[in-house]
Amino acid sequence: MNKNQEELFILISGRSTRQGTSMNESKFSKEYLEETGVIQICPEDMTRLGLTAGDLVCIRSEQRSIEIPCVAAKEKELPSGLLFMAYGDWSSRLMGSDTHGTGMPNSKGTDVYLSKVCAIKKD
Amino acid sequence: MQNELKVVSNATCTFCGCVCDDIELTVEGNHITKAKNACVLGKAWFLNHQAGEGPVARIRGKEATVEEAVEEAARILVDAKFPIIYGLSDTTCEAQRVTVAIADWVGASIDTTTSVCHGPSGMAFQGVGEITCSLGEVRNRADLVIFWGSNPAESHPRHWGRYSTMPKGLFVPNGRKDRTVVLVDVRRTKSAPAADIFLQIKPRKDFEVLWMLRALVKGLTINEADLIDTGVTLEQLQNLVDRMKACKFGVLFFGMGLSMTRGKHLNVEAALALARDLNAFTRFYANPMRGHGNVTGADNVVSWQTGYPFGVNLGRGYPRFNPGEFTTTDTLARKEADAAMIIASDPMGNFSQAAREHLASIPYIALDTKETSTTRAAAVAFTTATYGINVPGTVYRMDDVPIPLRPAFESPYPSDEKILRALEKKVLHLLQAKLQASN
Repeated sequence: MNKNQEELFILISGRSTRQGTSMNESKFSKEYLEETGVIQICPEDMTRLGLTAGDLVCIRSEQRSIEIPCVAAKEKELPSGLLFMAYGDWSSRLMGSDTHGTGMPNSKGTDVYLSKVCAIKKD
Repeated sequence: MQNELKVVSNATCTFCGCVCDDIELTVEGNHITKAKNACVLGKAWFLNHQAGEGPVARIRGKEATVEEAVEEAARILVDAKFPIIYGLSDTTCEAQRVTVAIADWVGASIDTTTSVCHGPSGMAFQGVGEITCSLGEVRNRADLVIFWGSNPAESHPRHWGRYSTMPKGLFVPNGRKDRTVVLVDVRRTKSAPAADIFLQIKPRKDFEVLWMLRALVKGLTINEADLIDTGVTLEQLQNLVDRMKACKFGVLFFGMGLSMTRGKHLNVEAALALARDLNAFTRFYANPMRGHGNVTGADNVVSWQTGYPFGVNLGRGYPRFNPGEFTTTDTLARKEADAAMIIASDPMGNFSQAAREHLASIPYIALDTKETSTTRAAAVAFTTATYGINVPGTVYRMDDVPIPLRPAFESPYPSDEKILRALEKKVLHLLQAKLQASN
């Protein structure tokens, strides 16, 4: 995948065990920020797009864009075309504010565009 | 006192909607060192609890006394033209009750975290009806348990072991062996390996699949072509329908995979209608998997006092319910609210960008046990004691069963209820003064 080349995905945000345990320590804890500050992509899509764990990707929703590191999801957990983020500050920033008369913005199953930002050096 | 060792039996965990009330806490001074029976989330809830060292109150970032902060908070609420009150899912029913009274006095919109959780489910209950049962009934009777758009292995870890799939019950004496467990989700989550049947549907196809199931239950003919792009086959759906009709006691637990996905209340209405239809053949129920410890209590308390569960406006002196109009994301994103009170919630950390930006631009009061993005930006912030760990009271389990709290030790901080009672008193004082001045 070339830089700035966008591909349409569907984003799901949700709970994870680590998000739940680390928020009890603090929402400013390293563990919570790590867990909620990463996007999971299915291994096949990672390979197809030439992404490796830790690469920064740009996720653009109708509302705004964020840059966030990616990791491969656990084998078979995500089908191709689906992304996952643990609930938190970053996943919420991608939500729109239109609730369609319900009070609840679309928070799961939203269209987003993914593009590669740059590879970062891993420790 | 610091090193006194004690054991608290049947303590209640208020982290998630399971509200497990069989926790045995070992307490040394003001630290919990063991939480027997708690799940991984419950252990993190209890063992990470800190007694706290920060100031009890701050006004625009500067340390203040409780009295000064209550005075300023009351002034903000009384001076506002469109105050909103939001949160409430992580506090006691007693504190929630006082909050509704304050909302009534100042003519606020009162809304709970339900609106960004199972609020659409609340709307669906009004449209279809709630076909419900207690978790005790599930434990003792259910032989078919379906989870739809929910990942209990990570969100409600003890749900399966304590209530729904594993326990041996009166009519399911062999526990898990007497039950069929079905998981329907768009992801193969960590819950999938524990299910007998996993149906991986395509994202945003929940409504279509639920509606097809209704048709099959009613004996209508469905073609494979009708299921195109849903991710499931006719054979899979017919198999599920046969099991649903043949079971003695079935229950469909639905999560936010339905309420947060496009369609929202319509997705949940489809699930409720399916459960209703199945009662022509057997006993079948549909229950929401509620999240925060007392979010169900918030629905109950706001309903007792206003007639509606969330998104209620009291500005005209009587309650008006309208999700989308009086719900907090909307009143903030549309820049309507001119003051706010946030209780036990973190909208600055989990609302949309537009809602956060407006909240940051208006004076607001925050009550929380810990520092959050919301308390940091508050005009008036109170640090309060933690319900269940420091504060007694009542919470509601996800199936609307009230559970008492058995706190482990006292906190140096006041409870939400204590702050709110002082605030209500001050609000009344200021309103009376305002009335006298206008006369």
